[in-house]
Amino acid sequence: MYVAVKGGEQAIDNAHKLLAEARRGDPAVAELTISQISQQLGIAVDRVMTEGSLYDRDLAALAIKQARGDIIEAVFLLRAYRTTLPRLGVALPIDTAAMTIERRISATFKDLPGGQILGPTFDYTHRLLDFALVVGGEVPVGPLPVTMADPEAVPRVTDILGAEGLLEAETADDDQPVGDITREPLAFPADRDVRLQCLARGDEGFLLALGYSTQRGFGKTHPFAGEIRMGTVAVEIVPEELGFAIDIGDITVTECQMVNQFKGSKNRPPQFTRGYGLAFGHSERKAMTMALVDRALRTKELGGEVTAPAQDEEFVLSHCDAVAASGFVEHLKLPHYVDFQGELGTVRALRRSCQNAAQEDGAKTEDGDV
Amino acid sequence: MVRDATSKDGPDIAARRRWMSLLARAPVERLEDAFHSLSETPAFVPLRKPEIGSVLVRARAGGAGQRFNLGEMTVTRCSVRLPSGLVGHAYVAGRRPRSAELAALFDALMQDPSHRDGLARTLIEPLATELDQARRLKVAKTAASKVTFFTMARGED
Repeated sequence: MYVAVKGGEQAIDNAHKLLAEARRGDPAVAELTISQISQQLGIAVDRVMTEGSLYDRDLAALAIKQARGDIIEAVFLLRAYRTTLPRLGVALPIDTAAMTIERRISATFKDLPGGQILGPTFDYTHRLLDFALVVGGEVPVGPLPVTMADPEAVPRVTDILGAEGLLEAETADDDQPVGDITREPLAFPADRDVRLQCLARGDEGFLLALGYSTQRGFGKTHPFAGEIRMGTVAVEIVPEELGFAIDIGDITVTECQMVNQFKGSKNRPPQFTRGYGLAFGHSERKAMTMALVDRALRTKELGGEVTAPAQDEEFVLSHCDAVAASGFVEHLKLPHYVDFQGELGTVRALRRSCQNAAQEDGAKTEDGDV
Repeated sequence: MVRDATSKDGPDIAARRRWMSLLARAPVERLEDAFHSLSETPAFVPLRKPEIGSVLVRARAGGAGQRFNLGEMTVTRCSVRLPSGLVGHAYVAGRRPRSAELAALFDALMQDPSHRDGLARTLIEPLATELDQARRLKVAKTAASKVTFFTMARGED
C-alpha cells in the first residue's frame, strides 16, 4: 500500500530544474526542434503515436523531446494528453486495400499483382555503422529513377488466397458494438476487437518477446508473413451535421497479415488461419509481433488448447500495456515508509515469537538484533 | 490519397465531398492566399469556433473483418455561416485551427453559385492537381524499389 507523504517541495522543484538542465544537455550544442524529431526520428515518433494511441506527429515528437528520448515516458505523456481531448467522432473503418503503397512485401508469394515493393527499409542493409552520417550536411541519396505512371491496384494478398477458400474468411458483423478499452475497463474473456485494441497500444518489446516465444515452440502457430504493407490511407467520418461521409485527411499505417498453417478441427477444414497486426506510422516490427500474438490468442476459438503464455489472453492483455506496467513497477520507488514500518514491526514480532519459542524449548540463540 | 466521391449521394453531395477532402489536405498557406485573393472579405460568423479534439480511428481485423479501435487522431473542426445563410463545415486532420476555419469558409463559399466557379478555378482544381502530382511522384519513387525475386529451385511444377 502506498501512503501519501508531504514535504520536499523545494527539493522536488530543484530536481525538476536539474531535469530541465539534463534534458537540454550542453548549451553549446544546438537544441533539437520538434520538426527535426518528427522528420529525422520518424520511427520513434511512429512508435510513440501507436502505443500512445494518438496519431499526431508533432505531439509525439514533443513527447520524445520532453522525455529525453525515453519512449515509454513519451507514450505516457501522449496518453495523458489524449485524455484531455474531446472526442469529436468515430471514423469509418480505414480501407487498407485502398492504401497508397510505400512498401508492400509478401513472404509467401513471389509474383503477385502489384509486385513486391521494398520502400524505405532496413532490410538488406549490412548493419554497419555509417560514418558518413557523422559528417552530415548533405542529402545522401542520389535522384531515384522515376517513371510517372498510373498507380497500379495492389490487392491484399489475403484477398487473393481467400478466393480459393484456402484461407479462413474474415467476416464482418457491423451490427455488433465495437469494444473500447478507453471507455470500458478490460474484462475477460475479451473479444477480438478488444484484444486487437489492447495489442495495438501494447508495448512493442513485450509483444516482440511473446511473438518470438510462439516461434520457439511455446504455442507454435507456424506463421508466414502473407503480406506486410505500409502507406497512407484516407480517414472518413460522418458528422451528424452533414449526414454523409467526408474525408478528413490521410494517416500512415503499417499492416501485417500473418498466414498460419492449420490442420483443421472438428468444425473447420484444414486451411490457413490468420493473425492481424496494424499500427500507426511505419511500425513494421510492431505490426508483425501484433499479428503473431493475435493468432496465438485465437487458439481457443480455433479449437486448440491454451498451454503457452502467448495464448493466455489474461496474461497477455493484462501485461502488455507499457504505461500500466511501468506505473506499477515504478511506483515501488516512491516513499513506502509507513508501509515498510508496518512490515518491519511484523517481522520483528515474528522473530521475537520465534526466539521465545526457542528459549522455551531450552535452546540457546545467539543472534539478537531486535 | 483522395478517393473519388461516390455517386450514391447525388452529384451535389459528391462534389461537396470532393472539395471538402481537398480543403482538408490543403496547406494553410494556400488557404490564406486564396482568402486574401477574395475580391471582398466575406462577413462570415463562426457557428462553431475552431475546436481541437480527437476522432477514433477504426480498422477491420484482417483488413475486411470485425471492426476494432486502432487509436485516436487529432482533428480540428469548425463551422461558419455566411450572411446569405449558407453554412460551411470543416473537419481537418491534426491541430490546425486556422486551416479548419478557412476550410469551413471555403466550404460555405463553394455552395454559393456566385463564388463556386471562381474558387474551383483558383483554389480547388489547382489543389487537386498538386495533391495528385505529389501522390504520383511518391508512387513513382516507391516503384523504383519494386523487386523481382528469383527462386533458385522452383517449388511449383
